Amino acid sequence: MCEACPIVDWERELPTIRSFTASSVDAEMTDHIVWFDRYDRDAHQSVVGGKNASLGEMMMAGLPVAPGFAVVIGAYQQIWADRSLVTDVNSLLRSIDHDDAVANRAVSQQIRDRIESVEVPAGVASEIASAYRALGEHCGVTDLPVAVRSSATAEDLPDASFAGQQDTFLSITGVDAVLTHVRRCWSSLFTDRAIAYRHTMGHMRASIAMSVGVQKMVDPIASGVAFTLNPTTGDRSQVAIDASWGLGEAVVAGEVTPDNFLVDKVLRQVISREISDKGVEYRMTADGAVSKAEIEGPRRTVASVTDEQLVAVAMLARRAEKHYGCPQDVEWAIDRHLPDGENVVMLQSRPETVWSQKPARPVTSGPVSSLDSIVSTLLSPLAAPQSRSQPTDQPTESIARQQPEGGPS
Amino acid sequence: MTADKFPSPFELECPEGAEGWEELYSPSVSFGEARRDYEDNRFWFWDSMHWGHAMTPWDAVFFEIAIASLSQMNSRHYRIPPADGVDFRILNGYAYLSPVGVEPSLIEARVPQFMERAGFYFQNWDDLYERWLVKVKDTIAEIEAIDFSPLPEMEELSVVTDGVGYGSGYELTVAYNRYKDLILKAWNYHFEFLNLGYAAYLDYFGFCKQAFPSIPDLAIAKMVAGVEVDLFRPNEELKALAQKAIDLGIARAFDDPDAVSLTGEAGAEFQRAWDAAADPWFNFTSGNGFYHFDEIWRDNPAVPYAFIRDYIARIEAGEDISRPIEAIRAERDRIVEEYRDLLGTDEDRQAFDSKLGLARVVFPYVENHNFYIEHWTMSTAWRKIKELGATLAKDGLLGADDDILFLRREEVDEVLWDYYVNWAVNSPTVSAAHWGPIIERRRGIHEKLSAWSAPKALGEPPEVITEPFTIMLWGITSESVNTWLGAGGDEGDLKGMAASPGVVEGPARLVFTPDDVGELCDGEILVAPITAPSWAPVFPKIQACVTDIGGMMSHAAIVCREYGVPAVTGTGFATNMISTGDRIRVDGSSGTVTILG
Repeated sequence: MCEACPIVDWERELPTIRSFTASSVDAEMTDHIVWFDRYDRDAHQSVVGGKNASLGEMMMAGLPVAPGFAVVIGAYQQIWADRSLVTDVNSLLRSIDHDDAVANRAVSQQIRDRIESVEVPAGVASEIASAYRALGEHCGVTDLPVAVRSSATAEDLPDASFAGQQDTFLSITGVDAVLTHVRRCWSSLFTDRAIAYRHTMGHMRASIAMSVGVQKMVDPIASGVAFTLNPTTGDRSQVAIDASWGLGEAVVAGEVTPDNFLVDKVLRQVISREISDKGVEYRMTADGAVSKAEIEGPRRTVASVTDEQLVAVAMLARRAEKHYGCPQDVEWAIDRHLPDGENVVMLQSRPETVWSQKPARPVTSGPVSSLDSIVSTLLSPLAAPQSRSQPTDQPTESIARQQPEGGPS
Repeated sequence: MTADKFPSPFELECPEGAEGWEELYSPSVSFGEARRDYEDNRFWFWDSMHWGHAMTPWDAVFFEIAIASLSQMNSRHYRIPPADGVDFRILNGYAYLSPVGVEPSLIEARVPQFMERAGFYFQNWDDLYERWLVKVKDTIAEIEAIDFSPLPEMEELSVVTDGVGYGSGYELTVAYNRYKDLILKAWNYHFEFLNLGYAAYLDYFGFCKQAFPSIPDLAIAKMVAGVEVDLFRPNEELKALAQKAIDLGIARAFDDPDAVSLTGEAGAEFQRAWDAAADPWFNFTSGNGFYHFDEIWRDNPAVPYAFIRDYIARIEAGEDISRPIEAIRAERDRIVEEYRDLLGTDEDRQAFDSKLGLARVVFPYVENHNFYIEHWTMSTAWRKIKELGATLAKDGLLGADDDILFLRREEVDEVLWDYYVNWAVNSPTVSAAHWGPIIERRRGIHEKLSAWSAPKALGEPPEVITEPFTIMLWGITSESVNTWLGAGGDEGDLKGMAASPGVVEGPARLVFTPDDVGELCDGEILVAPITAPSWAPVFPKIQACVTDIGGMMSHAAIVCREYGVPAVTGTGFATNMISTGDRIRVDGSSGTVTILG
């Protein structure tokens, strides 16, 4: 038994938890859900957990991630109004010998089972149910497949760095299944690894709590990657886009040569297009699994994205670049169910590495007077456009080949 | 089939029946033995952008004056370090140019001269431009005031009682000389700022290309383009008049533009509005101002009436035809902000700001001079010379009003002297008998020349075209020269400048003269050697525009962008390869035209 282990000390938190009476739960009916697209940092950051906060931030920065909502920590905290749950979990936690990993896995499983046996409080359950239905309606799909993700908060931890130890459940359909997985997310705060981590870190007086994210599974008609610069010239006024039908797997695995486009970031126009013969695609089946299919007929050789979609992808990539303050490599998809105008979604964005690591090459070399510059322009009017068109260490042509291993997140 | 040079001017035959064509022009503009070594060792390109047709003698007068004025600013006024003037010749009626570079060893010495002189203009640009507007308007007013009316039977009594001492014959001689002087002066003014303006623009252009290797020329142009520009005024006035006609309830009067009758109170009110707009804004030609046949709106109201009819139809269909000034301005600011934001360093941002700033200072002149000189001055100049022709025909010196166009300017002096002498003596004139058959022959020659197909260029091109004005003013690069050389064997897509973005497919309509413009139907693609700003009112009708000639900054390209019509300019051969009725695809984003059949 570990007297110092902070997370066991649930009694200390009980005064707060006890304040959730039946009537106050009713009064706070609408407070258990925060839609990503209504995220407000001041009001919500502390109650939706790190992962959900970052989705909300992206949405509010104009980076359209798939739509969804967060179930706030208050919902999770309510289950601890059940004194017997508190007592049971505490006694299990106290039984832990932190040196016995195997035994702990069993105890962790017992704790999780115990938490998952608790009904989601009725008010919370009905809020989640109606939010889930609303999301399905928006996408025109009943029993919409969603991803259910845990999103922990920890006031004392700047980056809630055990986020990676929480669970994500993909392709969950139906209200009952969603509620089940919400409970699983709650209980994921008690995986053996999470318990061990908190023990090791001596995580004191933890006000750790769990929020849950419910987000539409992206079902791509087409998907791809976008670079916020021209990988051949380094020109930052262009976005290079690779695109192919279905999920990104076929492109990443090199099974198809994607369509390749250049879009002007500023004029918002498609500058060049290379349409390739696309033989296969990966699609999401009704149960959320992924299947590979041959592409037949004209779809093979037509563009997998429209000009409008390309411009939307480019604008999305540009916003990511602005938001993160450096050139980005963005994974995106055109969702099958979302309405036109909001069906371009961002899956992931990370810093572009090839050109960003080169020292910036300024155009000007020290201050030159306008007239001097005009004289040199007159003396060699063609010098300017030729000087940078062929960098010595040219990145590879296809963006796809620069992708690290592994599929989209 | 690809050659490495163009035909020599000395090996080209003159078209059959056009023998002796040289007599239509000054001896100094013909290729000839006296300068053969010099001429045969140069590269000459046909300036079809400005002179796409065989010239009459008076068309050639303005051609010579314009290019000489351009040249003197480079060589004698501003000492452009690497560039003297642009040499010019006429071959079989067509205009060929050859820029003259400065001996490399002398360039260095011209740099400080250029910096002092050009520097003064750049520093005082706005002030000088204000003064320029006054000078040009004064010059136009002077040309307008020239009196070419017939010599009187008897001088006014006041000539005697005021003790004037000289008469109308002398006045006419003075007037003609004054006319020539003023035209020369106006063309000097035309180039007072232009080459400097282009140089500043090119410097900014080069910076943008260096910072963003694939930035579209269109974006560079958009950042400096003026929002309210005099060149667009004539068209804006037409829109206002169309609205006026509707408000006055006389819209139907324009249904047949050739038979518009303005009656009653409403008609009179419209006429007042028309008169207010017409001077100066309808001193606007349907061509580029360089040809005697260009129709001036003010003098040929059927042309603007037809445009008014089209605008009336669009207003009646509920369309908003006003220019969204605020939106245009906001879009321009947005583009500038975004490029600025994408630059890597503060130093670059500083350079960008200063170059863009200067480009914007010089640009109103670059855009507007075209209205003041090519349209307003040239409208007035053509009206006057035609007036003189009519006077000479009326008094029997020449056979027809337009005979004068087939005389060289010094030959007109001879006719005027004949007129003067025989008015003074009161005796028969010889001009009609002497010049009649000559003019008749010249008309025949001009007709043959008009049917000739002029080669794009003459002589051997330099390996790389680096001459700044060839590139800046005519948009001619090594690449376009190679395209010209390779023409004929390649039947793929036509390549040109991506002047205005968008992709469309549709039927082509070839338009060679301003008269053909009226034949354009809704949804057609305009294919022309070059378009003129005054064709602007047809742009809402057409789906796209393709031209043989023209760079990004030609006035035609400016208008294409203004109307958001996809355009590919400078294809070289569109009018040779495309026929009216062909289905073509125009990709104004990549600069490609595909003939679909």
